[in-house]
Amino acid sequence: MSMNRREFMQILAVASAAGFALNSRQALSQGNAGNFYDLPAFGNVSLMHFTDCHAQLQPIYFREPNVNIGLGDSLNRPPHLVGEKLLKSFGIRPGSVEAHAFTYLDFDKAARTYGKVGGFAHLSTLVKKIRASRPGALLLDGGDTWQGSATALWTKGQDMVDACKLLGVDVMTGHWEFTLGAERVQQIIDNDFKGKLDFVAQNIKTNDFGDPVFPHYVIKQIQGIPVAIIGQAFPYTPIANPRHMIPDWSFGIQDDHMQEVVNTARAKGAQVVVVLSHNGMDVDLKMASRVSGIDAIMGGHTHDGIPAPSIVKNPGGQTLVTNAGSNGKFLGVLDLDVKGGKVAGFKYKLMPVFANLIEPDADMAALIKKVRAPYEAKLAEKLAITEGTLYRRGNFNGTFDQLILDAMMEVKGADAAFSPGFRWGTSLLPGQTITLEHLMDQTAITYPQTTLNEMTGATIKDIMEDVCDNLFNPDPYKQQGGDMVRVGGISYTCDLQQGMGKRINNMMLKGKPLDPNKTYKVAGWAPVAEGATGEPIWDVVASYLRDKKVISPRKLNLPKLIGIKGNDGIA
Amino acid sequence: MNQLRRTFLKSSGMAGAVMVAIGAGLLKSGEVMAATWNKLAFTSNNIADAMKNANYGGATESKDIVITVPDIAENGASVPVEVTSNIPGTTSIAIFVEKNITPLAADFEISNGAEPYIYTFVKMGQTSQVRVAVRAGGKAYTVSKEVKVTIGGCGG
Repeated sequence: MSMNRREFMQILAVASAAGFALNSRQALSQGNAGNFYDLPAFGNVSLMHFTDCHAQLQPIYFREPNVNIGLGDSLNRPPHLVGEKLLKSFGIRPGSVEAHAFTYLDFDKAARTYGKVGGFAHLSTLVKKIRASRPGALLLDGGDTWQGSATALWTKGQDMVDACKLLGVDVMTGHWEFTLGAERVQQIIDNDFKGKLDFVAQNIKTNDFGDPVFPHYVIKQIQGIPVAIIGQAFPYTPIANPRHMIPDWSFGIQDDHMQEVVNTARAKGAQVVVVLSHNGMDVDLKMASRVSGIDAIMGGHTHDGIPAPSIVKNPGGQTLVTNAGSNGKFLGVLDLDVKGGKVAGFKYKLMPVFANLIEPDADMAALIKKVRAPYEAKLAEKLAITEGTLYRRGNFNGTFDQLILDAMMEVKGADAAFSPGFRWGTSLLPGQTITLEHLMDQTAITYPQTTLNEMTGATIKDIMEDVCDNLFNPDPYKQQGGDMVRVGGISYTCDLQQGMGKRINNMMLKGKPLDPNKTYKVAGWAPVAEGATGEPIWDVVASYLRDKKVISPRKLNLPKLIGIKGNDGIA
Repeated sequence: MNQLRRTFLKSSGMAGAVMVAIGAGLLKSGEVMAATWNKLAFTSNNIADAMKNANYGGATESKDIVITVPDIAENGASVPVEVTSNIPGTTSIAIFVEKNITPLAADFEISNGAEPYIYTFVKMGQTSQVRVAVRAGGKAYTVSKEVKVTIGGCGG
């Protein structure tokens, strides 16, 4: 049964009359609304942190995952806890506003109750409020800031660069930024950011002589206390994204070099050393166990919104590891009490940014309006109405991924399809209109070409095994931080207790076992090789949506998981 | 970043760099290639034979060999390998990629008390142990580390 938006709104109205709380202020007033954003100051050094906002200037919906599996040392430890398991671990009351912020539970209803999250105008108000109570507080941006929206793509990141300057970002590092190309990144840093914002990365050097590309760290004074912020860019950028966009730079985890940089910063008088990281949380945790002298790693990349820091012991003492979610949904606040040249105490709060609870900052709202103005009409194009919830995040196919796969297979006439396991992409509620802007939120990259390749069954399996190992290799340093490649048209089992090459089994296409020697037509997008051609993915999906008009709830092509018993990373 | 140095060296070219090495007495021109080419070792198609034929047979594991390789290769066609041997009297250092069709990638002779340090690039066809072997005082030592080679894409 299909339902148009009008019908849906009628049902919603009935639901409202039937007593569902549909207003966030009203809902919160039954709890602790008045002081939701009052965070008492603590200590003398404060750092604010957001990461992976993926260019979402406007408030959006974002559903947290119901599958985020951890294996080996990561089993049942943050960030690999979902739903009730996460609530229990962090002592969050089920049904509360925090439960909605940190989990997927009851997503549609809670999202209607509490409204959209994030938005730079709202974030800006919150940043100003925190700054007012914490003199000298720094604002750190963990990267994945200049990519993820239509306007960021069309302005080559300029909208986000201007917004971050207005927001008052002090220090940043990067990942998707590099997919604008090395030249554009340098241009922004040398011009827009000059004297205003430090872009740091200890793990990027030139391919030829190993020279540093960016400053490794910066020392800032906070209330007279020297604080070093060391940058750690996404170590596997040239592997996960097209290497040809940054041909002269080499990345990597480089924890020996990290140790040298920490020692140098300490020798230069830093009393606090913080790593602004785009490692992904599992890599952060391993790095914290191996490198000494870091007070806190404030991380991103894997989009884990974790309510409290993990405390990791190492030969030099201990290191806090925090990860601050994605899509502008959270602002992390780390307060440190520094006494006698050392961190003596800390408090950390990961604050969800609920747009309905925060007055938007007027200057930021004006800037956003201005940068969007030339594109508003195009962005607002109504492509279709969705009957089900659309989201991406999770280890395997999300509903929006499934929609992209279904569109590719139909439009391209393919037997099967692959879509990258990106963790960005906003969510839509049942009954919402899918606009071009929403579609671009899932697809806006600088290498959007779609492809149709002939692949043998053996090749298909090799690709799936390869990506699966990048997700489930027991050594975090051998993971890349994306989710499993989204697969359309082929059912399979995934054995989590096996190693590389042995996880993916029982592959079936159209009810028949996949023949390793037979050739199949496989559609895909986001090729990392140079020179690929093909219609952009947003054109392929837009034509499908315009044609269908109403999108029925997607049937997810999920693998049957083996060896998952007792894993708290799956609901 | 030293842009000037890069521009200078690029324009002077690789031949120039090699000439400097010869001029400084690090390499004798006649010995740059071929003089000690161990065809049997370089064409051996499994790790055991390659090590034996390169004169590293029966090597014992040693923590005094420090190798630095990426956890995941950015480009399998050019994987950086950095080796320091802290074993006194090191006379040679070899690099093997166990799963390559011919595992021996390079064998460096260290003479006249030169610092036993190597930085080079190897080709890798697939995820493999990168094994380094050292000869010192007439004995062979070895250590290895896995480097993952992946098709890439799909990240983040």
